[in-house]
Amino acid sequence: MLTFTIRRLVLAIPTLLFISLVIFLLLELAPGDPMAQVPLTVPPEVKEKMREALGLGQPWPIRYWKWIVQFFWIEPQVLIDYYLGTSFSADDLRVISWQTRSPVMDIVVQRLPQTLWVVGTAYVVGILIALPVGIYSAYRQYSWFDNAGTFITMVGFSVPPFFSGVLVIVIFAVQLGWFPSIYDTTHRVTDWDSFVVQLQQMIMPVMVLALQITSQISRFMRASMLDNLNQDYVRTARAKGLREKSVVLVHVLRNSMIPVVTVIALGIPSIFGGAIITEQVFKVNGIGQLLITAIQANDLPMVQTLTFIFAVLIVLFNLIADILYGILDPRIRYD
Amino acid sequence: MTEPVPATPAPEKGVVEAIPTKPPRSQWAEIWSQLKAHKGAMAGAYLFIFIILGVLVGPLIWHVDPQFLPQGRDFINLRDTRPIYVALWDSGAKVNWAHPLGTDNLGRDTLARLMSGGRVSIAVGLTAMVLSILLGTLIGVIAGFFKRLDGPLMRLTDLFLALPLLPLILVASLLFREPLSNAFGTEGGIFILIVALIGITSWMQTARIVRGDVLALKEREFVLAARSVGTNSTQLMVRHLLPNVLSPIMVSATLGIATAIITESALSFLGFGFPPDFPTWGRLLNDSVDRMVLYPERVIWPGLLISLTVLSVNYLGDGLRDALDPRIRGR
Amino acid sequence: MNLKTLLMGAIATTALAPAAFAERGSDGNVSIIYWQAPSILNPFLSGGTKDVESASLVIEPLARYNETGELVPWLVDEVPTVSNGGVNEDLTQITWKITPGIVWSDGTPFTSADVKFTYEYCTHPEGGCAQLTKFDGVSSVETPDDLTVIVNFDKPTPFPYGPFVGGESPIIQAAQFADCMGARAPECTEQNFNPIGTGPFVVDEFKPNDVITMSANPNYRDPNKPAFATLTFKGGGDATAAGRAVMETGEFDYAWNLQLAPDVIAQMEAGGKGTPVAGFGPLVERIMLNNTNPDPALGPDERSVIRPHPFLGDPAVYKAMSMAIDRPLLVEIGYGQAGKVTCNWVPAPAAVNSDTFTCDTQDLEGAKAMLEAAGYVDSDGDGIREANGKPMKILYQTSTNAVRQDFQALIKGWWAEIGIEAELRNINASVFFGGDPGSPDTFQKFYADVEMYANTFNGTDPQSYLGNALCDKAPSPATQWQGENISRFCSEEYDALYATLTTTADADERAAIARRLNDMAVEGGAMIPLVHRGRLSAHANTLGGVILNVWDSELWNVADWYRLEGS
Repeated sequence: MLTFTIRRLVLAIPTLLFISLVIFLLLELAPGDPMAQVPLTVPPEVKEKMREALGLGQPWPIRYWKWIVQFFWIEPQVLIDYYLGTSFSADDLRVISWQTRSPVMDIVVQRLPQTLWVVGTAYVVGILIALPVGIYSAYRQYSWFDNAGTFITMVGFSVPPFFSGVLVIVIFAVQLGWFPSIYDTTHRVTDWDSFVVQLQQMIMPVMVLALQITSQISRFMRASMLDNLNQDYVRTARAKGLREKSVVLVHVLRNSMIPVVTVIALGIPSIFGGAIITEQVFKVNGIGQLLITAIQANDLPMVQTLTFIFAVLIVLFNLIADILYGILDPRIRYD
Repeated sequence: MTEPVPATPAPEKGVVEAIPTKPPRSQWAEIWSQLKAHKGAMAGAYLFIFIILGVLVGPLIWHVDPQFLPQGRDFINLRDTRPIYVALWDSGAKVNWAHPLGTDNLGRDTLARLMSGGRVSIAVGLTAMVLSILLGTLIGVIAGFFKRLDGPLMRLTDLFLALPLLPLILVASLLFREPLSNAFGTEGGIFILIVALIGITSWMQTARIVRGDVLALKEREFVLAARSVGTNSTQLMVRHLLPNVLSPIMVSATLGIATAIITESALSFLGFGFPPDFPTWGRLLNDSVDRMVLYPERVIWPGLLISLTVLSVNYLGDGLRDALDPRIRGR
Repeated sequence: MNLKTLLMGAIATTALAPAAFAERGSDGNVSIIYWQAPSILNPFLSGGTKDVESASLVIEPLARYNETGELVPWLVDEVPTVSNGGVNEDLTQITWKITPGIVWSDGTPFTSADVKFTYEYCTHPEGGCAQLTKFDGVSSVETPDDLTVIVNFDKPTPFPYGPFVGGESPIIQAAQFADCMGARAPECTEQNFNPIGTGPFVVDEFKPNDVITMSANPNYRDPNKPAFATLTFKGGGDATAAGRAVMETGEFDYAWNLQLAPDVIAQMEAGGKGTPVAGFGPLVERIMLNNTNPDPALGPDERSVIRPHPFLGDPAVYKAMSMAIDRPLLVEIGYGQAGKVTCNWVPAPAAVNSDTFTCDTQDLEGAKAMLEAAGYVDSDGDGIREANGKPMKILYQTSTNAVRQDFQALIKGWWAEIGIEAELRNINASVFFGGDPGSPDTFQKFYADVEMYANTFNGTDPQSYLGNALCDKAPSPATQWQGENISRFCSEEYDALYATLTTTADADERAAIARRLNDMAVEGGAMIPLVHRGRLSAHANTLGGVILNVWDSELWNVADWYRLEGS
């Protein structure tokens, strides 16, 4: 397993370089103009000068190379400088966003807290609800609990967040006035009261996101459990006189986890990726909102960097999923 | 949970019934009779057929053009009509028997728009889902089964997972919109473009799940047994592995329909989909969110229809899965 | 709200005159929401309205426009004119006298050197300054002493109020930006995010594309202002959410530019926490008519370049199309109090608003008769008229926006009535308004027969805006599809009259020429004006002192805002 992991990690480097090139070419080919949001009153000659100031005059291979150098050579130096107080990166130009003319990584770091708070919590809450619901639904297939669960999860998944988000705002923020409709990213948790405020502003976005996550994972959990509950080894286990609890929660669950692990592992990069629509609806302004505004403004360095970070996370978590498969089912071998 | 209540009937029952009392039937007839006996599946099937009939036959009975705008004085009179049932509790509501579900802010008939929108949404949802499931299953099974292809195919999956959706759509629409429109007409071309876009950007999860399951399944004894009697790889994949990964595929399929219907509305909203006066369920929902408090029916109906479609497919899928599982047959 | 509280509110309002003279920072926090989030606080590096207006809280110009479009002195004693001797007789020089005693928020004096530096900063050839046009024709800026700025123009300039006037041309501090000239501009993150200004607020923390927190400028020139100690400027989301936060939940005090249907606004207003306010600049929603042939068969380089259009060039066609439109209904559906019917390209300021045309009644029968008379008849009975044997089908495109899609549907219906079939398209705004020459969907390329959008101009002088209809400004492959003459309107007579405008100094005469130019463009089939659009913003009922200004930054008088008590 260790050699497999090392081999995969080494292989990941060319893979990621290739992915970064594809993303770059895709963004390059996409119609769009960083001047799209400049008002029509600014004449074309001025816009052309502004484009040149952004470095758009150079051919794409040069710009790609510059990005590679900035991302893989200069940004790590900045990180080292930050932690060790050295000054390797003093005069080097970092990856600069076209919208804000500031280093992309600084903004990403600034956005991470609210994204992790909201999307991360929603993910944890979603998984914590989904697993028991999925297991119990399968164990009592077609019971009223299973049917109610099916109905809620299916409706929950079919209702898009641009609707469910506004619905909870209208109910809980406008009508009842319990929670704020706009997330305050400057809020800092220092004591119990400020923690309560933080909880209040998180409840609605977490609710909307967790509904989607719960729906998805509980369906996969249920289906996979159903597959395994009828296997011969379950009968064997029962015949051995094992307690029902340990049959279901140890034997069946372990063998049912493969699809669920896959889904969860695919979902974790999206925690960092944020939730574009939900973040917009509640003004959480996390990474998802950053990406969508960057795409709309054709801020290529920002889009390229964010997308590439997701790519790294995706490759990493798929590797983790592969390793987990081997732990869940030792018969799976990769060599 | 300590009380042993197995989800399945006690094993002895199966043994008793195993004594053939009826002449043997083909596998498919067996599955069909299983499906017919499955209450959930039948309810789902009836509901699904009802919705399909509603959107296909409905417009033939309800002769109202979904794009028709009343002109002149009628416009003011007919816009923002409420559904007739609102009159039950609000006698002052503006209702009109000519528009049983009311009209939108431009006076277009909601019922006609729901029916015509359903055609597109269901067509897009089903075809895109089928495309994505086929792609995902194919890639997943091949990657799981052939060790040599696993690496390249899974790296391809990683690549597709990493690609940003919006720029991808922009590029696809730039490259293929005109040629497709010329070849299949404006709406046909857009339909193909949307279905293809949704299909090729949503197969990755299915592929990863199927691969994970296949990796585990191919080490099981029954695969070894099948191999030892000389089953070739294709047979092994289609007859032995595929039926065993059907349940996660079914779940992906059900969830895929919902995703496809919503994604279509997002694409159209951004201007890469159907023309703006072309109703679809997702777009009706999207357009009405701003007026949700005053006209709740405009969000409830399309939302409900999307949910019901997905629910019906879900139950149908559940039933099919149960019917295809030989171990729980005869229940 | 019952009568008593209303009365209390009224008393509070009348009692507020003194309250407005309260101490600096006595009214706590004011919160503003813009549904487009500011990315940078340096308007020279980003032309976006969101950036210009958020920066206007901090940095200020020498003079600015008030709510009626008049120039008011801001950091100077008076606005220079020919009559007060500030502008010389041959219109090539303007002299600004800075008010003595103004200091930057860091306590250093504000001098003419800062003004001169701002000019050098923006006109640096490698800087890519978004406000470069403000300095068009400026040959030099002189600073004879610390409080005098002389701007020299290379030719007589009848309207010398481009440089250093209005929210788009503020003054930045020379000391702070000295190392940020030209190519180094983007490296100055700290400066671009925290500019030192003379305005009522200073930046505490700037989170790009998210939120800005500010506090009152301790060195602001009026010791009693601003009334608020801190200011929160949140960005992001959508117009609906912003309106809701001010008028329904009361979380925010001011929401900018609520482009929402009037019934949606009315419903929010019923929430009782805020009030919408509207103001009118020269913004006009119009349908541009393609004067060239957009036929796809022509190929990418000749499409929308070769004249004429198969039938849209005929006055009978575009006049009939205009007559078929029910403009009052469009206003009612789409803009309510933030819209007016207009038949003009330049509806404001009032002096240049032509009264030649009337278009406030729909005339479907008249439109049909006009088409019949011009020989466009429906010969094959399919409900669509033919022009030279081909059915009159047009492609009608616009950007994605709920109100625009409603307009498209309505206008398509009316044109169908008179026998012209329209196919609708909506395009994502960032592609449509982006100038990427590689995209077929930009508004400059105009690969459609008609397209709808809104445009306006800054300040009160329409000269450069009227220049948008000159023949040589038409986009084409030769100019990388850049150019402001979107409809490809071309008239020698127009070009000649425009040349006269550029050399005329008398205000009344200029207005008369502007009106004639407007008439020629509309009459000649450059566009079908639809709605004169206002800016609609909303403020909380507890926020006083808001005067909506469409000629300058909306936040121009934020120093005068205060909290109403008792309501």
